[in-house]
Amino acid sequence: MTPDAIALVLLTVISAATPLLFAALGELVVEKSGVLNLGVEGMMILGAVAAFAVAVTTGSGSLGVLAGAAAGTALAFVFGVLTLTLAANQVATGLALTIFGLGLSSLIGAGYVGIPVSPLAKLAVPGVSDLPLIGPLIFGHDALVYLSIAAVAAVAWFLKKSRAGMILRAVGESDISAHSIGYDVIAVRYRAVLFGGAMAGLGGAFLSLSYTPLWAEGMTAGRGWIALALVVFASWRPWRLLAGAYLFGGVTIAQLYTQGAGGLGIPSQVMSMLPYLATILVLTIIAAGPWKGRLNAPACLGKPFRPST
Amino acid sequence: MSPRLAPLKIEARREIPRGLLYATPLLAVALTVVAGFFIFLAMGYDPFLSLYHFFVSPLLSFYGWSELMVKAAPLILIGVGLAVGFRANVWNIGAEGQLTVGAITGGVVALAVWGEEPVWILPVMCLAGIGGGMAYAAIPAFLKTRFGVNEILTSLMLTYVATLFLSTLVYGPLKDPMGFNFPQSRMFGDAALLPLLLEGTRLHLGTGIAVAIAVAGWVMMTFTIVGFQVRVLGQAPQAARFAGFSSTRIVWFCLLLSGGLAGLAGTFEVAGPIGQLIPSISPGYGFTAIIVAFLGRLHPLGIILSGLLMALSYIGGETAQVEVGLPQAVTGVFQGLLLFFLLASDFLVRYRLRFRPTVAAAASSQPAE
Amino acid sequence: MIKNLSRRHFLAGSTAAAGALTLGGALGSRAAFAADPLKVGFVYVGPIGDFGWTHGHDLGRKAIEKEFGDKVKTTYVENVAEGPDAERVIRQLASSGNKLIFTTSFGFMNQTVKVAKQFPDVYFEHATGYQTAKNVSAYNARFYEGRAVIGTIAGHVTKTGKFGYIASFPIPEVVMGINAFILAARKVRPDAEIKVVWVNSWYDPGKEADATKALIDQGCDVITQHTDSPAPVQTAASRGAWSFGQASDMTSFAPEHHATAILDVWDNYYVSRARAVMDGTWQTSNVWHGMKEGMVQIAPYNERLPAAAVEAAEAVRKGIIDGSLHPFTGPIKDQSGAERIKDGETMDDGALLSMDWYVEGVSA
Repeated sequence: MTPDAIALVLLTVISAATPLLFAALGELVVEKSGVLNLGVEGMMILGAVAAFAVAVTTGSGSLGVLAGAAAGTALAFVFGVLTLTLAANQVATGLALTIFGLGLSSLIGAGYVGIPVSPLAKLAVPGVSDLPLIGPLIFGHDALVYLSIAAVAAVAWFLKKSRAGMILRAVGESDISAHSIGYDVIAVRYRAVLFGGAMAGLGGAFLSLSYTPLWAEGMTAGRGWIALALVVFASWRPWRLLAGAYLFGGVTIAQLYTQGAGGLGIPSQVMSMLPYLATILVLTIIAAGPWKGRLNAPACLGKPFRPST
Repeated sequence: MSPRLAPLKIEARREIPRGLLYATPLLAVALTVVAGFFIFLAMGYDPFLSLYHFFVSPLLSFYGWSELMVKAAPLILIGVGLAVGFRANVWNIGAEGQLTVGAITGGVVALAVWGEEPVWILPVMCLAGIGGGMAYAAIPAFLKTRFGVNEILTSLMLTYVATLFLSTLVYGPLKDPMGFNFPQSRMFGDAALLPLLLEGTRLHLGTGIAVAIAVAGWVMMTFTIVGFQVRVLGQAPQAARFAGFSSTRIVWFCLLLSGGLAGLAGTFEVAGPIGQLIPSISPGYGFTAIIVAFLGRLHPLGIILSGLLMALSYIGGETAQVEVGLPQAVTGVFQGLLLFFLLASDFLVRYRLRFRPTVAAAASSQPAE
Repeated sequence: MIKNLSRRHFLAGSTAAAGALTLGGALGSRAAFAADPLKVGFVYVGPIGDFGWTHGHDLGRKAIEKEFGDKVKTTYVENVAEGPDAERVIRQLASSGNKLIFTTSFGFMNQTVKVAKQFPDVYFEHATGYQTAKNVSAYNARFYEGRAVIGTIAGHVTKTGKFGYIASFPIPEVVMGINAFILAARKVRPDAEIKVVWVNSWYDPGKEADATKALIDQGCDVITQHTDSPAPVQTAASRGAWSFGQASDMTSFAPEHHATAILDVWDNYYVSRARAVMDGTWQTSNVWHGMKEGMVQIAPYNERLPAAAVEAAEAVRKGIIDGSLHPFTGPIKDQSGAERIKDGETMDDGALLSMDWYVEGVSA
């Protein structure tokens, strides 16, 4: 393969992985704070439709992206009120959020079917963008792709180095002790949940403005669920999440390329299983290796918390 | 946000008043009705008619109730199994996949004897379905207990694999030879179909068994040692370990139980209302059952009620589409609202409000229940 | 939630109308009360906003409304899962007074026939299936005719001689479409080949886009699809490749590179069936309509297409309409090079409808 061909394949992988990365990174922070939000799919699709509607109406992709993040945040706020303020069950509320989000998105999107939107602008650096392999690979993206990778670095730094990140982890590992030494558990979790919503919304915005710049009902097609699985895959660590999203995207794309090249005589359904099986396999290998014991979920994951007398 | 600042004090109830347990879901439905009224009105649909068709008209006929049962049966069956696991913090998110595999294994038995009508076929199909679901749930159980791989990931990923596996079969070896190369198996023989409980309806034996199993689940959780172990493990894992309960065994037990019941539900679907293998067996029952389990407060009898309510919200949504022309998107939003109110209303069961300034706030963490 | 849109459409072999004629007098009695609008129900497998399959059927529903105004009242239920849910929805439409019900996915066939037995005075129309009954008709479109037209264009505009096909599931209709496309293309460009990628979904814009990129990266410079979203058209354009719309005219997604589209136009059929019920002349039929009847149409050609390509495409289109050309005329060899259809012979409908083998030039 020529450098250009390799670059094209990698570009495809990057665009397939980016929406997963956004949504999963948000969920990672949410889960680190001890909250399990299964409503990623719902927040993502609402972000997708809001981003598309605003971009079409105003003609501005940036406003669209902001609207996507805002819509995801708004839905996450509903989740927060139910699970944090009212201590409702997180798993069930997350699933209800998905049902609600899918319904609301198709309601909003009804008038936007069959309309194109100009995709987000790609970064172009004169001279450098034309370099083989490196040029398109490093410079050929829109702002959201860079943002997704920067966000991984930022979240990694935040969780590990910042004071607020340490508090967030403490809240997720032991809400009672965090509370007893004076941290506002509920407030910390609200912030995490809203951040998760914004990130899922960004993932949706990437889908409807960059990946496939169009609106179609149910266009997330289960990506929110994959994002959830990737958080587990990453053992709640941001850099491993990046690897997981690119692994999943990479295997998905690889099987499509293999089919195009003749398919090895394997039924296409079996080929389509590969990304899921690969994820399980890789995680099992990691788990069986010397890192054992570091796979543990945040101790308070999914448990409601209410300060009381 | 913080209750410490409010003059209202929120405190956990020590005992849950029985009346409240039953009153809050009704309150939630009432709130949904009010919210729905304004939504339908704002969207230009007759709110009275819409609400009537959503909540009332499916319940007005005997036939309507039978349909409700048919739709609720798989939700109840899967929900009961999942609830046991959720109590013990075993997160089987992949019941949909176990259902699919159960449908395949049960269906393969039916197809293997196609053309004959042996009387023993139904029980064998059910056993195959249970076995298939269990075997499929054994994968996350093994990976969890042997390597510590989180079951949320494995069970969810395996759901996609199961659907694709079913697809491989109905597009390949199990394709009906007389079916013009279409992806469906032969129709099962009469002996391989669940008998109807009532002529003229679709109420099949499987719905009765589902309810019976829910009741049996209640007996198990309430009166047996295993049930006690599961509850202890969920509420106080440390204590459970000291008491000598094996958490490995509990993980296996919960996954095999929920997988087996999901597999049985899959066999019931193909041997009941479907009657053959087709590329998609379930419209997401395995996921909806998760909501059903929690709405039923993880209690088998509560799950029967929540399964029926959930089924009503689907059938009511369809009825409103047919009778009032409500778009599906609106019924989805409305269904979401109903769930939000139901989940929020639990708050009133577990906490009470008192108008008194607080002095100091200690904390307590409520186990997921 | 995780959705598996497994719409499967298909049509029967023997088209001999299984048709005991329904007795117009008795059955048409209700329609005779002109004041009562005719209620027509539709069961859709996807959302009306899919811009593909279900969208097309919903346009047919709107055509009925436009034609008959307040003499009809239409109702639809969307996103109906194949299986038990479909049976309940169909029955509900029947019992709430709909006298004509269209069920628009192959997977609704058994349920339609079952409910039809219980509602002998309601007429059912099932799309892409093969069963009929006293009050159940079957209908489908000869999409492969359109594939022959676009294959001809592809043969003219390709430089690499490689085409990419985004396919959903290997049902006969899809297999037929792939074969018709490459047979037509090879008449223009004998060394052409087609690469097929199965996405195992009718509808997943992201995956369809990825498959498109994979095919273009492997040298394909013309893309066609048998999935429902406009994503392949859009993605192909972003890489400068020609493409063809599916079910709807997708020009707006690729003004420069959308060569044309195969349109599913159910309007005429739906209107005629509604009229038949009103007139009391409805009878069982099993139709497989094509470009001649206007059920399959070709969207306007892109202005950037070379004149020769458009001319050749028009010749194929007209030939199919006047019956002088059949896309599956021998000699046809299969992938192994063995001759399956002899010189001068054409495949009959029965063989087409259960087609499960690929012609020479297909890599699937």
